[in-house]
Amino acid sequence: MSADARPGETPFWDRLFWRAGSLLVIVYALLPVAWILSLSLKPAADLADGRFIPARISLEHYRAIFADAQFPAALWNSIGIAALSTLLAVVLGMLAAYAIVRLRFRGRGLMLAAALSIAMFPPVAVIGPLFELWRTLGLYDTWPGLILPYMTFTLPLAIWTLAAFFREIPWDLDQAARVDGATPLQAFRHVIVPLAAPGVFTAAILVFIFAWNDFLFAAALTSTNAARTVPAAIAFFTGSSRFELPTGSIAAASVVVTLPVTAMVLIFQRRIVAGLTAGAVKG
Amino acid sequence: MSRPRDPAEERLGWLLCLPAALAMLVVTAYPTLYALWLSLFRYDLRFPDQRAFVGLDNYATVLTSGVWWEALATTLIITIVSVSIELVLGMLLALVMHRALFLRRTVRASVLVPYAIITVVAALAWKFAFDPVTGFVDQWLGPLVGADRAWLSERWSALMVIILTEVWKTTPFMALLLLAGLTLVPRDLIDAARVDGANAVQRFFRVTLPLMRNAVLVALLFRTLDAFRIFDTVFVQTRGAQGTDTVSVVGYDTLVTRLNLGLGSAVSVLIFACVVAIAVLFVKLLGARFSAEDGR
Repeated sequence: MSADARPGETPFWDRLFWRAGSLLVIVYALLPVAWILSLSLKPAADLADGRFIPARISLEHYRAIFADAQFPAALWNSIGIAALSTLLAVVLGMLAAYAIVRLRFRGRGLMLAAALSIAMFPPVAVIGPLFELWRTLGLYDTWPGLILPYMTFTLPLAIWTLAAFFREIPWDLDQAARVDGATPLQAFRHVIVPLAAPGVFTAAILVFIFAWNDFLFAAALTSTNAARTVPAAIAFFTGSSRFELPTGSIAAASVVVTLPVTAMVLIFQRRIVAGLTAGAVKG
Repeated sequence: MSRPRDPAEERLGWLLCLPAALAMLVVTAYPTLYALWLSLFRYDLRFPDQRAFVGLDNYATVLTSGVWWEALATTLIITIVSVSIELVLGMLLALVMHRALFLRRTVRASVLVPYAIITVVAALAWKFAFDPVTGFVDQWLGPLVGADRAWLSERWSALMVIILTEVWKTTPFMALLLLAGLTLVPRDLIDAARVDGANAVQRFFRVTLPLMRNAVLVALLFRTLDAFRIFDTVFVQTRGAQGTDTVSVVGYDTLVTRLNLGLGSAVSVLIFACVVAIAVLFVKLLGARFSAEDGR
């Protein structure tokens, strides 16, 4: 920072201001996470003490959720469904983004417009028809029944992010490969895919987080342990009685699904920031 | 760039886009049209044999019921209040991330935490925090608001908790979009304004903000549409009780809980129309901006 000599804005106050701001941001972001962690560690008898920091620590809620069949099943469904949706969305998104960035054909604008309109689409507008269709087709309460909507609703994110990254790739290499006799498809596989890997990885993280987070489709299109994912399972832990929530179990389950994704986000933070902003700034 | 169009390239382009286009058509376009069709029928899954064409009756039913208008008003309140707060807070957050050198990496990392957390989990965490029995909020704010206040059982305090949850969860996304716009503002311009004697507040409102206008509009567009679709937080925290029903919750309840596909589809179509209206409004604002720039 350049020295600023004007009175009333000494570097000291300046520094203090930004430091306090930074601390505030950290507290803001972490407060509810610390709170749910604290709840999950309180023994059942202490759940109602209203303390932010637990007086005693117990792992009983964690043992309880893993002893029950519902939560492990939901965890497995969440991981499997989110992973498969991510794989499909990224592969389809990659093909489309490559075509949009690299090839001259009449559908380019159309594809980008379609992707943009789906990004704005209200999912609740399709759950009725999907509910009806999936029951007729036997997709209700199955993995494919969730993978299909997740894949579709994340395609815009995948296409825009990948297109933004693909624009940065030195395409001469691709041209060179084609001059050397490679077909467009070979050029795509052997030259572009390795160069595009970081962008692809970023798109994959964003898509995974979307599928992992979704509640609406999971609540509407599943009903049993066969395909119910964690957000729906946690929300319906409450189902039996409106007035007595299994608070401890909910908190423990929340921590179990939050920690791995948070860790992943923190490890790949730079990529995620680049990915989240790439589409918006260039679009 | 003046290569002639190559039919093989054209074909490959379509071929590569085909799977994605097909998926988008099958899972969104087709069901939307199907919803439009279903909305013209009396069709309740509990009484499937009474299915009959009723024209626009379902729309008349929805539009003359208090439920829809109340839900629309609630949704608009949540949307406008939370997006406004997010804009101000997100801008502050973006400025902190842009300017602060202290704990820079930690700040940038912790901002992503709300983004990474499942919405249902965030909603439950705040619900428990405001719960009169388990929560710490009453403990902390007890002297100010009175002990054992049941926040989620009154309309306005419930809306406040819902908005707080939305703001907490999505401000980081807003901040990142704004930060991207902020980094595009040339440093020289701000320094020039400083030399000319503009103070920090003037520099921000007169130089930085006008240059960021498009980034702000794009961030607002995404967040407004997202907030309008709010479902998870309301469903988990109140299930729409105490007059906190939003349009998405009404749609879900009609379709999935009451299994009334005809009426529910009419609600879906109306939500879709609202979203299109919001999008068109923003695109007009953005478009006007772009043409104004071209004219200069």
